[in-house]
Amino acid sequence: MRYIFVLFILFSLGLQAQDSAFIKRIPRDTSAMVMNSDAIFNRPFLVIGKSPIAIGGYLEANTQYMGTDGVSDGFSFQFRRFTLFFSSTISKRIKFLSEIEFEDGTKEINLEYAAMDLELHPMLNLRGGIVMNPIGAFNQNHDGPRWEFIDRPLSATTILPATLSNVGFGLHGKVFAHNMSLAYELYFTNGFDGKIIDNADNRTSLAAGKSNAEKFEESNSGLPMTTAKIALKHRKIGEIGLSTMFGVYNKWKMDGVVVDAQRWANAFAVDFNTTIANQTVVNGEVDMVSVNVPSGIAQQFGKQQMGFYVDVVQPLYKGSILKFEKAKINACFRFEYVDYNLGKFTQTNGNIGDDILAIVPGVSFRPSAQTVLRLNYRYHWQHDLLINPASQTSGLQFGFSTYF
Amino acid sequence: MKKKSSVILAILILVTVLVSCEKLLPTPVKDEDVLAGTIPGLTMQQEKLHLIGDAAFAKIFTTEEGLGPVFVQNSCSNCHTGNGKGHPSNVVTRFALVNGPSVDYLIAKGGPQLQQHCINDYSAEDLPSEANVFTKRMAPAIMGLGYIAALNDLSILANVDSTDLNADGISGRVNYVNPTSFFLPQSIHVSNNGQYIGRFGKKAEKVTIQDQVVFALKQDIGITSDFDMVDLYNYKLGVYTGDLIPDPEVSVDFVNSLVFYMRTLKAPPRRDAEDADVVAGEKLFTQIGCVSCHVSTFTTAESDIAALSNQTFYPYSDFLLHDMGTALDDKYPEGSAASNEWRTPPLWGLGLAEESQGGLFLMHDGRATSFENAISLHSGEAASRRAAFIALSDAEKAQLIKFLKSL
Ligand code: HEC
Ligand code: HEC
Repeated sequence: MRYIFVLFILFSLGLQAQDSAFIKRIPRDTSAMVMNSDAIFNRPFLVIGKSPIAIGGYLEANTQYMGTDGVSDGFSFQFRRFTLFFSSTISKRIKFLSEIEFEDGTKEINLEYAAMDLELHPMLNLRGGIVMNPIGAFNQNHDGPRWEFIDRPLSATTILPATLSNVGFGLHGKVFAHNMSLAYELYFTNGFDGKIIDNADNRTSLAAGKSNAEKFEESNSGLPMTTAKIALKHRKIGEIGLSTMFGVYNKWKMDGVVVDAQRWANAFAVDFNTTIANQTVVNGEVDMVSVNVPSGIAQQFGKQQMGFYVDVVQPLYKGSILKFEKAKINACFRFEYVDYNLGKFTQTNGNIGDDILAIVPGVSFRPSAQTVLRLNYRYHWQHDLLINPASQTSGLQFGFSTYF
Repeated sequence: MKKKSSVILAILILVTVLVSCEKLLPTPVKDEDVLAGTIPGLTMQQEKLHLIGDAAFAKIFTTEEGLGPVFVQNSCSNCHTGNGKGHPSNVVTRFALVNGPSVDYLIAKGGPQLQQHCINDYSAEDLPSEANVFTKRMAPAIMGLGYIAALNDLSILANVDSTDLNADGISGRVNYVNPTSFFLPQSIHVSNNGQYIGRFGKKAEKVTIQDQVVFALKQDIGITSDFDMVDLYNYKLGVYTGDLIPDPEVSVDFVNSLVFYMRTLKAPPRRDAEDADVVAGEKLFTQIGCVSCHVSTFTTAESDIAALSNQTFYPYSDFLLHDMGTALDDKYPEGSAASNEWRTPPLWGLGLAEESQGGLFLMHDGRATSFENAISLHSGEAASRRAAFIALSDAEKAQLIKFLKSL
């Protein structure tokens, strides 16, 4: 509790004294060669005096009015998350970063990240601690203020687990040549547990495995989970990333005795982003998951899942608005689809449903690069397992997200 | 100046959009088009209790909450999808060793029901090799059960004709079953040497909704309650190899809320009852004698829930057992119900079946995928009615089916 107060004081100090000489603001690098893998360090930070520690963070809140099949529970205000990060440069080539996230008020408090980076060579860095598994792009680059949408993409949060982090270590590095850069990451971490196929979500869900209370202490299977990503960026064309994550999730061995077959959970993602005509940003990701589900429940809990999203952000206006010098108004559109259960019923040979299709048009107002106010209209169609007529959910969301 | 006005314009648009929120929501689904909602006349408290039961019905059980160790499904609503008739992927399998008149439900070998799924780190059941018969059952719709539960036994007995005295070829009879240890007879129940009339289940083997709920919790989901404290286990692993969750795994209140939910689900509403074809179809339904079993109208007795007292309802069932012939014979006797006997299922809600089943699957195991198909499977006592249906002209058949779809 006291800890939270200290953080709070630091935070308010930051807000009040923003422009003083005492507090220095380090803006985010927005140059063309920044990649998704740089996102965790490439955030706006504040440095207090001569302190070696830089702090940063963001918060996100919104109100929404949603209804399903004509029934609405009315308005709700949601405090989605408040995230704090601290970075410090221990020596020129040793860096430390940690990130704490408070979700839905204080319902969930997570240590999202706490790792040390040791640079041996720009191409070869060691990273260890609680690291982010670099699967997909959203997972790496999820800070609220960077997005024009209030809801995180379904595929990156419910097919893949969003902001998945685990204890482990690995390597990462980056090379440049001409207009290109290439980044790689390879980590070995603790993995999932049986929750991915035994949860109240009623479906296979890597995201449900995130709540594994012991994930910072032991690997449920006794085997490491591997996450690897390779991404290529061309200054003019854009970035494409390929990533994979695989490991055994079940307790197949207890006290040295083999008690079950090894069951695997694998994920694969392709992400891309590009800027068309120097202004329209297109950003998307395709995620695939396959899990070895014990054959019995495989029809309810799918063996294979797939999802994708494509976001298009079109600047409408850049300039001064209400005395904000570098304000921006964007129009945005998201198209997303998730199928939680690819496959057919063995009994009827009919397709298994459990899918959601959504469109999200919206507008955003950015008084500055750090802050976004957004208005989204969301409409989604959801099929149950049996593909009965889709239930329809829609409504308006209005909210903001800002770094501080 | 121009900028300022465009900002003001933008704000105005925003406000208008926000104000018109309601209009941006999907159009409501009509009450008559869904298998959900409460019986008319409940109090606010009863409505609230119904919603609590609704949540219990949809609850997904996990290992930590006592699921299994062996089970068929992890929640009520996964089989009774949308309160409807379920899907062939969720049938339950029951087995027994039948030898002439002797029936052994193989309790020591995991009987009477197969649990083909299991929690992590456990093993699922197989059919024991001793079993020589097994039956597959698809979930029935659970709408309007409160009205059926509120019937006086005498109303059910009124249609009994076990020796076919009226010589119409149809001889419905009741299934007298041994009551469960927790059964509390009410004034509506008539005892027959300690046995009572079953009215729920495909062979009318359950006397009350509560009997079925307690049975379902345990046999379908592997959940113990105060009414049945012995958890399931895989007999091949040995006795008492259940899950490690303390029993009972749900409270008495949880069981009660499920019972209350099902008592207060409304009867499926009719659609297009005035349509000329539907009216003609209903006439044909009566004329060719479908009503001998699918009895249209009943009236409930006095009930503790005022909204269920003395109510007339239209289930199109007599809740009696009928010999349905060899094709439907599942070789599996239950209580006093013979293997070729089935309880007439209520036909209400049939018109909405397709939108809750992800297709149309009729009869006890879902083998019929059209109404014609379901009717042509009627045999035994219903043989003459099937013949009468087949003799109808195509237009008449279409009318009769349109009537069924209006239910
Ligand atoms: C595995 C699928 C499955 C699950 C899970 C399941 N049921 Fe059922 N239910 C059935 C089947 C099949 C029948 C018909 C049983 C029979 O004929 O013996 C049935 C029958 C019923 C009936 C009797 C309806 C009637 O008209 O006769 C009720 C009430 C009921 N279930 C309630 C429940 C409740 C409450 C739960 C959750 C605790 C539940 N069921 C879970 C498959 C299921
Ligand atoms: C002898 C009694 C009897 C008569 C007469 C009878 N039925 Fe049935 N009906 C049943 C029984 C019993 C079942 C359930 C059989 C099963 O599940 O295998 C049934 C099932 C049905 C079903 C499928 C219901 C479902 O939910 O799957 C339909 C439709 C139906 N009957 C329509 C008719 C029509 C139309 C007629 C007249 C031509 C008719 N029945 C005459 C006893 C009868």
